[in-house]
Amino acid sequence: MNKGLLNQFSQQAHTLLAELKKSKNATIFILAYLAIGTIWVYLSPRSLLAFLLFISSAILIYYLPLTTRFKIGLSAVMLLVLVPILGVRNIFYLEVIFQISVFAALALGLNIVVGFAGLLDLGYVAFYAVGAYLWAFFGSQQPYLLYEIPGTAPPGTPFLLPADMFYLFMFLGIILAAFTGILLGLPVLRLRGDYLAIVTLGFGEVIRVLANNLDKPLNITNGPQGITPIQRPSLPEPLLNALRAVLNPIVGHNVTEGEFYNLFFYLLALLVILVVIVVVRRLDDSKIGRAWIAIREDETAAIAMGIPLVRLKLAAFAAGASFAGVMGVLFAASRTFVSPESFSFMQSIGVLSMVILGGLGSIPGVIVGAAVVIILNLQVLQGLSLYLSQLRQSDAVIPIINFAWKNLSTQLDPAKYQRMLFGIILIVMMIYRPAGLIPAERRKRELTREEILENEELHPDGGDAPNPTGQSTSGEAKHGAA
Amino acid sequence: MKKRVITLLSLFMIASLLAAACGGGGSAGPSVIKIATQSPLSGGQSAIGVDIKNGAELALEQLKKPLEDMGFKVELAPYDDQANPDTGVANAKNIVADPAVLCVVGHYNSGVQIPSSEVYHASNLANVSPANTNPKVTDRGYLEVSRIVGRDDVQGVVAAQFAISKGMKSAYVIHDKTAYGQGIAEFFKREAEKGGMQVLGFEGTEEKANFDAILAPMLSANPDVVFFGGIYDQASVLFKQAREKGYMGMLLSDDGYDSPEAINIGGPSLLEGGGLYYTTVAGPAKLYPGTAKFQQDFKAKYGADPKPFAAQGYDAMALCLKGIENAAKEAGNKLPTREAVAKAIRALKDFPGITGTINFNAKGDLVTAKYFVIQVVSADPAMWNDNKIDQTLDIAPPE
Amino acid sequence: MRRLLNATVLIEILRPLGQIAVFVAGAGLILSALMLGMAVLLRGSTVDATTMKNYGVDLFTYTLVNLPQVLIDGVTIGFVYAAIALGYTMVYGVLEFINFAHSEIFAIGAFVGVEVLIALDNSGRLDGIPYTMAYFWLFLAVLAAMVAAGATAVAMERIAYRPLRGAPRLVPLISAIGVSFFLQDAIRLIESLTTGQFHRIIPTFGNFDQQISLASLYIVGTKIDLVMQVKSVIVIVSAIVMVVGLNYLVNATKLGKAIRSVAQDRVTANLMGINVNRIIAMTFLIGGTLGGAAGVLFALKFTRIDPFVGFFPGLKAFTAAVLGGIGNITGALLGGLVLGMLETFSGSYLSVFTMGAFGAEYKDILAFAILILVLIFRPSGLLGEQVGQKA
Repeated sequence: MNKGLLNQFSQQAHTLLAELKKSKNATIFILAYLAIGTIWVYLSPRSLLAFLLFISSAILIYYLPLTTRFKIGLSAVMLLVLVPILGVRNIFYLEVIFQISVFAALALGLNIVVGFAGLLDLGYVAFYAVGAYLWAFFGSQQPYLLYEIPGTAPPGTPFLLPADMFYLFMFLGIILAAFTGILLGLPVLRLRGDYLAIVTLGFGEVIRVLANNLDKPLNITNGPQGITPIQRPSLPEPLLNALRAVLNPIVGHNVTEGEFYNLFFYLLALLVILVVIVVVRRLDDSKIGRAWIAIREDETAAIAMGIPLVRLKLAAFAAGASFAGVMGVLFAASRTFVSPESFSFMQSIGVLSMVILGGLGSIPGVIVGAAVVIILNLQVLQGLSLYLSQLRQSDAVIPIINFAWKNLSTQLDPAKYQRMLFGIILIVMMIYRPAGLIPAERRKRELTREEILENEELHPDGGDAPNPTGQSTSGEAKHGAA
Repeated sequence: MKKRVITLLSLFMIASLLAAACGGGGSAGPSVIKIATQSPLSGGQSAIGVDIKNGAELALEQLKKPLEDMGFKVELAPYDDQANPDTGVANAKNIVADPAVLCVVGHYNSGVQIPSSEVYHASNLANVSPANTNPKVTDRGYLEVSRIVGRDDVQGVVAAQFAISKGMKSAYVIHDKTAYGQGIAEFFKREAEKGGMQVLGFEGTEEKANFDAILAPMLSANPDVVFFGGIYDQASVLFKQAREKGYMGMLLSDDGYDSPEAINIGGPSLLEGGGLYYTTVAGPAKLYPGTAKFQQDFKAKYGADPKPFAAQGYDAMALCLKGIENAAKEAGNKLPTREAVAKAIRALKDFPGITGTINFNAKGDLVTAKYFVIQVVSADPAMWNDNKIDQTLDIAPPE
Repeated sequence: MRRLLNATVLIEILRPLGQIAVFVAGAGLILSALMLGMAVLLRGSTVDATTMKNYGVDLFTYTLVNLPQVLIDGVTIGFVYAAIALGYTMVYGVLEFINFAHSEIFAIGAFVGVEVLIALDNSGRLDGIPYTMAYFWLFLAVLAAMVAAGATAVAMERIAYRPLRGAPRLVPLISAIGVSFFLQDAIRLIESLTTGQFHRIIPTFGNFDQQISLASLYIVGTKIDLVMQVKSVIVIVSAIVMVVGLNYLVNATKLGKAIRSVAQDRVTANLMGINVNRIIAMTFLIGGTLGGAAGVLFALKFTRIDPFVGFFPGLKAFTAAVLGGIGNITGALLGGLVLGMLETFSGSYLSVFTMGAFGAEYKDILAFAILILVLIFRPSGLLGEQVGQKA
């Protein structure tokens, strides 16, 4: 009976879809979808379903057959009007969206290195750390604490620089991270893929170990204690008051300065993403972008075509690093606290899995990848374990087997096994959708062509050893072209 | 692909709206009070993090009666901060966005507590810290943030004073490269040097198993006492390897060492020579009936001895409950505001916790912490409670 | 190209033994000379004076006196790294794929071995037994660990890697990371079900903790006892057996030939009638069993294990494999030894030589700096073959 219902549903959905082919209906549909999401989140600010509904409308905007101008306009309304309002109503959502934008920017940067140039970087957060510590050092009291015991500060220590130097340091962060990228890249970029992977992995660890240990002989990073407080750029009071006049009645409470800072950094992260997207799109269609893809597909052939290999690889490395650098500066200021724990190997892996889950080389894919990983980690899995914990504290029983939740062993607490779930999700994703959630257009084109070629050849076990990242074979092609 | 996504999303909308329509009714039961815990429940640090949560859970079960009698439903909301500041801050925002949460027991890592408590502070949500020893936790002077563990600059000092009182002339300091271990070690070093001891070496290591490399210079220096700032699972392995290599001086550690498992890892050789000592605020169970009962109850519920900071987790929750109760009474048996709860917790006088009598100063530190220096006397983990109090020190935090 | 055929059994056993001797002696000599040289250069400096104050001897004597013990410790941990690195190198050699989950295979081995010993201990079978029996039980534990780890590795290959064969290189890598997460928490779940604790301590039995005195030296008037724990000897001997055995298996047996042919060209090997899937599964089995054995040895040497125990040794072992030239068995050995010694040397001396300004933690930085240096001059690792990209 259930099945019949489902069939009916999907049939209706299909008719709906046929209707949506017409641009006008699509417009109505997306407006309705977005409106329902928005109103629902507004009315019940703690509902996870509502939030997912709201967030997923971004994907719909991307997929529906709408005019580009309308898409851009709607996205702008969603990101610049709706998100701030709903976010201030429930600052958790703002934090989630902020983290999505931070990690999306990082993932887009990494995407240049891994997705376009095909250089596997397992220590990407090192550049993020470089940016973060740059502002953490100069934007705090740390320069005056070089000879103090880590974790102590005499009262009344002044700050070295005024808070508004932050903007300058965003540019310095770009430069320093790019410079670090070149410095690391120069010796290692002539190595083959996996050697590069291990060297970058090592570099990531080196930066973390340095951050953890440079409290001696001079106390530069404050070691494991971390640097705090770090200054944030000042927000002009008249502007805040003006915004309050508009926002307060809508969100139903007085918007605090902290919430304005959340908004400010969210918008700043959006701006960085916008810049990244513009740069990446320009690069993708430029000579450099095509050269990167040539390198990714076949280095030897690329050299033969006269592509300056090392210079272009360095460019990819530096470009990727610089985006991480600027996000680092932003991160340090938004948290007002920086410690080595934020730059562990797990973080690098996290960013890499966002890129790959979303779709290597695909801009929308990478953003979706970041959103999925963050929402999964912060909302879905946490929410699930909180729900189960609630069940255990109630008198509820599991129907049919008549098992009281109360008796569930605390060792089986799902809150403890988030990583296991994440692991399973990664494996399943890789098996069933290896090209990512939204595969890159260019790859899709390549894959369809390859599929034709492959039908003519005989491949005994799914193809021979692949190139560093590029070539794909039947297994992926099937999924990729779907 | 495209079609499938659009179909899926449409279905999702219909399904979620249906779900909302069915489940959205929301019965009007008793008003719910939630107390959140935040600690690492997954990953390598979860051993301690889970026990902080378990300690708090136990306290909630045992002590929620008064609040339930007032007509509230009391719930625990355990969050996993993954020892990661990003997750911690996001959870904190999730917590403050839930109006039912009136108090947070939390954080194992100072690196997570400091940014997360900025969020609690902004929403006037009380936060009782069971394990963060970093001076900055309370030095910011937030009304909402109190802690029931000794600060680094108190614990390290206690250990150093003890070593000096035992006539130790030289020390070798090793720590675990965490904010906790290094913090204590730094102040041990400073106090020891002030007291005329020679500090022969100061090393940090993230290594959990192979201490060969850092033990070589330690053995050459042959200090009177080796101080380890960190947690027992690392300390005991290091102590064991030091004894295996022939070091016979005194071994000294901090309240992260207070677990029967410590001696199980280390074995009898640790008790030889200069002996094995640790400093702690939680009195030995034999003398403190509260502690003994806690240990029994904990073992009965979770099947294992409590690890360090589980007792503090229990006390932190007890403080939260008491604070909420007082604030609720003040509000005429109604749901109190967060601000009132934070004030009520800070105002508690002579609260009888299992880790001692608790009074807060203006910053949220314990007024005077009673410290025990405990000598381990038996290699049998079951005899951990018979450990001997060697010294008792009362020490006030720096203002 | 190496000559592959007609290698006699004896040569295949003797050659790696000779290589081990050369590597140990070579790496040891170079590092010792470097340290002593630096100590001589710093004579009379403030470093010298500080050493005098803290340790009662000058820097050179300090260096010299500590040298033998540091060497022994370095070689021991070097062999541990080498034993783990074999698993990485086997899989990489055949599939050109970094098996990130190998560190968890190692952890599974450690847990199974230790659990077997704990079970024996609880049933009283380990109390006051003669040494021969102690070795027998240890051998049994290692065997159990090898079986369990090998089985897990094969299952992992079947479930998480085989469906991805032929996909772009990053895809199985991410899958491996997923497997690694899954296994870590799976171990934690299973181990904490009984007692809530998820770390384990290896029981004390036999004479493994005993110190054997190798020799007594008199250096500049100081008597130094060269001591080594029995368990360190066991670790080294077992690691040597593993390296020699694997080398023999790969270079002198029919299975080895099949493995090498699959590594070289999967399609052609398939055409020649080799069951490629079976050979790849065998590779995982071999790598897994070696990892499992290494896990128990690690637990024996360092006492305590937890589900995350594999991460850092795994990272180091992988670095070692790359340092030596990944895909190359003797390379893994050399890399492991160099890395182990380097780490122990820097851990032991760095703090003294810099008067505490740079602590033992910088050993990791040094290790990676050396890795980068080596790769600059030998992009395929110390013993790697200079080959172009595989087509």
